[in-house]
Amino acid sequence: MKTDKGAGRWGRKIHALPMRIVSICGHTADQEIDPAYAGSVQGGGSVTQTQYSGRPGDGVDVIASATGSDAPRRRPAWAEQPGRLREAATTEPGRLRVIGALLAVLVVAFGAVTAWQITDRAAAADNVVNRSEPLSSRAADIYRSLADADTTAAGGFLAGRQDPADARKRYNDDIRIASRYIAEAAAASEGSDQAKAQIEKLNEQLPVYTGYVERARANNRLGYPVGGAYLRRANTTMTQEILPAAKELYRIETARLGADYADAKALPWAAWGLGVLALGALVWAQRRSYRRTNRVFNQGLVAGSAATAVVLMWLVVGHSLARIQLNDSYVNGARSLQVLNTARIESLQARANENLTLVARGSGASYNDAYRAELQDLAGKGANGKTGLLAQALSMADDAKGRDTVKTAMKAAQAWWALNATARKDDDSGEYQDALARTIGGNLKSGQKAAQYTAQCFDAVDTNLATAVAHEHTAFQRSANDGRGALGGLAAGAALLAVLGAAGAALGIGRRLSEYR
Amino acid sequence: MLLSGRRKLRGWGGVAGMAAACMLAVSATALPLHDQADTAAGRDTPLRTQNKQVSATDTSCGQHPEASLTPSTASGPAVDRIKKAGKLVVGVDQNSYRWGYRDAASGDIVGFDIDLVKAIAKDILGDENAVQYKTVPTSKRFEAIRKHQVDMVVRTVTINCQRITEEKVAFSTAYFQAGQQLLVPRQGSTIKDFNNTLNGKKVCTAKTSTGQAKLEEQPHGSHIVLVDNQLDCLVLLQLGEVDAVFTDNALAAGQAAQDPAVHLVGKPATTEYYGVAMNSGDTDLVRRVNQVLENYRSGGTGSQWEQAYRTWLKAVLPGIDGPPAPLYKNG
Repeated sequence: MKTDKGAGRWGRKIHALPMRIVSICGHTADQEIDPAYAGSVQGGGSVTQTQYSGRPGDGVDVIASATGSDAPRRRPAWAEQPGRLREAATTEPGRLRVIGALLAVLVVAFGAVTAWQITDRAAAADNVVNRSEPLSSRAADIYRSLADADTTAAGGFLAGRQDPADARKRYNDDIRIASRYIAEAAAASEGSDQAKAQIEKLNEQLPVYTGYVERARANNRLGYPVGGAYLRRANTTMTQEILPAAKELYRIETARLGADYADAKALPWAAWGLGVLALGALVWAQRRSYRRTNRVFNQGLVAGSAATAVVLMWLVVGHSLARIQLNDSYVNGARSLQVLNTARIESLQARANENLTLVARGSGASYNDAYRAELQDLAGKGANGKTGLLAQALSMADDAKGRDTVKTAMKAAQAWWALNATARKDDDSGEYQDALARTIGGNLKSGQKAAQYTAQCFDAVDTNLATAVAHEHTAFQRSANDGRGALGGLAAGAALLAVLGAAGAALGIGRRLSEYR
Repeated sequence: MLLSGRRKLRGWGGVAGMAAACMLAVSATALPLHDQADTAAGRDTPLRTQNKQVSATDTSCGQHPEASLTPSTASGPAVDRIKKAGKLVVGVDQNSYRWGYRDAASGDIVGFDIDLVKAIAKDILGDENAVQYKTVPTSKRFEAIRKHQVDMVVRTVTINCQRITEEKVAFSTAYFQAGQQLLVPRQGSTIKDFNNTLNGKKVCTAKTSTGQAKLEEQPHGSHIVLVDNQLDCLVLLQLGEVDAVFTDNALAAGQAAQDPAVHLVGKPATTEYYGVAMNSGDTDLVRRVNQVLENYRSGGTGSQWEQAYRTWLKAVLPGIDGPPAPLYKNG
C-alpha cells in the first residue's frame, strides 16, 4: 500500500496539506476570501463570510476561493464564459471543478431518482394492500352475494308455497350486502368510467330483479305456476344482466390490482442505471486522483462512494425483497383468491341452475345443462377432480390447511355430482318428490327422510371455499404487507444518503482543488 | 349410378323426391342436348314419388287428422306389455295450470289431462295410481313415443297431419276441442277479437306454436313477441310489456286462472283437437284408449269428462257444452 511521501497517515496529512498549498498559491488569493482563509489557517478564528463554516482544511471554502481567484482579471461577460470553459477543459482545477460538479449531480440525481421510483413503487404496493385488493375483494363479494341471492331464491321457491324463514333471511342478507357494497364501490371507484358503467347497471337492475322475485313468491304462495315463470325471469335478469356486470366490475377491479402489482414490481432501471453510473464515476475519479497524486484514498470520494454503494445495495436488495414478497402475495394470495372466488361463484350458479331445473318442472333441460357445465367447470369433467377450478385452487394452495379445505370442497362437489344424477333420474321417471328430497332435503316418497341431499354438498362446497378464501386472504395480506414493508424507509434513506454522498464527493474533489491554490 | 340415385329418391320420400325431380326437370329443359337416360329418369321419378305421397296422405291423414281407429277392448302386444309392466308410463306436462301441473301444496301432479290418464290406467290396470309420470320436454315428446320410453303422451297435444306422417305417432280420438284465442287485460284493453283491433298492438305467443303460424299468416297489424314458454307470455302481459297473449284457449284459460285481471276475448281463431299420442305401431293400445274415451264421454252431464271439465276448466273456460264427437276411420 502506497502512502504519501512525508505525510504519514490521513488525518495529519489532510491538516498539513492546505497550509502548504496556501503557502505556494497564497499570492493569488482574493481579498474577499482572505479573512475566511485566514480564519481557517489560524485554526479557530471566527468564520462568517463563507457559506461553509469550514473546519480547518475541509477544503470547501477553498472551492469558493478558487472561483474567486479570477476576479482581478475580470473580463467582459461575453468573453468570460468561453474563457471559463476553456479554462475548465484545459486546466486541472477547471477539470476538477467539472468533475466535482458532475459527481455531485450524478449522486444527487441517483438519490432523487431512487427516492422518486421507490416512492412510486411503495405507493403502488400500498395501493395493492389498501386499495385495489380490498376493492377487488369487495367486487367479488358483490358478485358472490348476488349469485347467492339468486341461488337462495330458487331454493326457497322449491320448498313449497311458503319459502323457509332461513332461506328468506339469507336472501335478504345477500341483497342488503350487495346493495351496501355496490354503494361503497360507487364511492371508491371515482375516476374509472368503466367501473362506473357497471355499477350503474347493477343499481338499475337490482331493484328489477328483486321485484321479479317478490312477484314469483306472491304467485307461488297462491299455487300459481306463473310464479315459476317469474322466478325464471328473475334468474334470466340475474344471469344475463346483473351477474355479467358484477363479473365485469370484478374484472376491472382485479385488473387494477394487477396494474398496481405491475407498478410495484416494475424494475427501477433508471435508479439502477444512475447508481451504477454514479458509483463508476466515483471510482473513476478516485482512480484519476490516485494516478495524479499517488494518494490511494480521498476521504470525501471514499465517503461519497460508500454512501452511493449503500444506496445502490439497499435499492437492489430492498426492492428485490419487496418483489419477492409481492410476487408471493400475488401467486399465493391474489391469484388463488381469484380462482377461489371464481370457483365459489361457479358453485353458486351451479346450485341455482340445479334448483331451477326442478322449478321449471320438465322444461328445465337448459338449466340442467347449465348446471352440468358449471359443476364440471368446478370439479372437472364428470367431476373427476383432475381438472377444473378446484384442482387449480388445490395446485395453488400453499400450505396444508389451504389444501385440506380445497380437498374437502372437492369431495363435496364430487358427492354433489353423483347425488344430483340420482335426483335427475328420479325426476325423469316421474318421482318428483324423491328428486326434490334429494335436492333440498325432506321426505322421500317412501316417507323416509332423505339421508343425503345435494343442498348439503353445496353447503359443504360453499363453506369450505369461504374458509379457503379467508385463509388465502390472510396469506395475501401477510405477504403483501411484507413486500410493502421491504420498501419502507428506502426512499427517505436514499435521499439522505445521496445528499451525504454528493457532499462527500464534492468535499473530496474540493480537497484536491485546494491543492492548486 | 342411376339405380342408386333412384333408390335414394324413394327412400327420402316426398320432399327430397320432388326437389330432385325439379332439378332434373330444369336440367332437362335447360340442356336440350342432355343424355337421354337422365331425362327418362327425370320423368320417371316424380310420377312415382307423387303417387306415393298422395296415397300416404289418403291412408293416414287428410281432411280429418282427428279421425282415429275404431274402439276395442281386445288385448294386443302393447296392452299386454303394459299389463306385464304393471304400470302405465305417461309423458305429461308439469307446468300447464289446470291441465297438468304440480300442486304447490301437495306436490302431486294434477289437472284435466291427469284425470284422463287415471281413467286409462284404471281401465287397463285396474288401478288409477299405477302410473309413472315422466317429464318429457316438449321437443322430445314424440321421440319418447317412437322409442317406447313412454306408452303415451297426454299433455294438450294437438292432433295434426305433420305429427301423424312425419313424427309417426298415432292419436286417439279427440278429447278436447281448442283453438287459438286472445287473452287480454280486463281493464283498458281495446282488443276485442282476432281482427283489426290488434292493429299496432304487441301480441305474445310461444315460439314454434300454432299461434305463431296463425299470427304470421294474419297479423292484423300486430307486432309479434316470441317467448320460449307460453307461461312467459303471462309474465309479459302482467308486466305490461305486451298487449295480448295469443295461444290455445285451453292454455290461455290456465293463464287466466292465475290472474283474475285478464280474460279471454273473441272467438277461437282456429280449431284444434287434443288427442292422446301413442306409438303408431301400438294399434291395440290406440283402440283401447278410444274405448276408454267412449266411456269417459258417455253419461251426458254426469260423464267423467264433464266432471273433470267442471273441476278443472269450467271456471276459466266456460261455455263448452261437451266433448267433441269422436271421428273414426274406416276399418
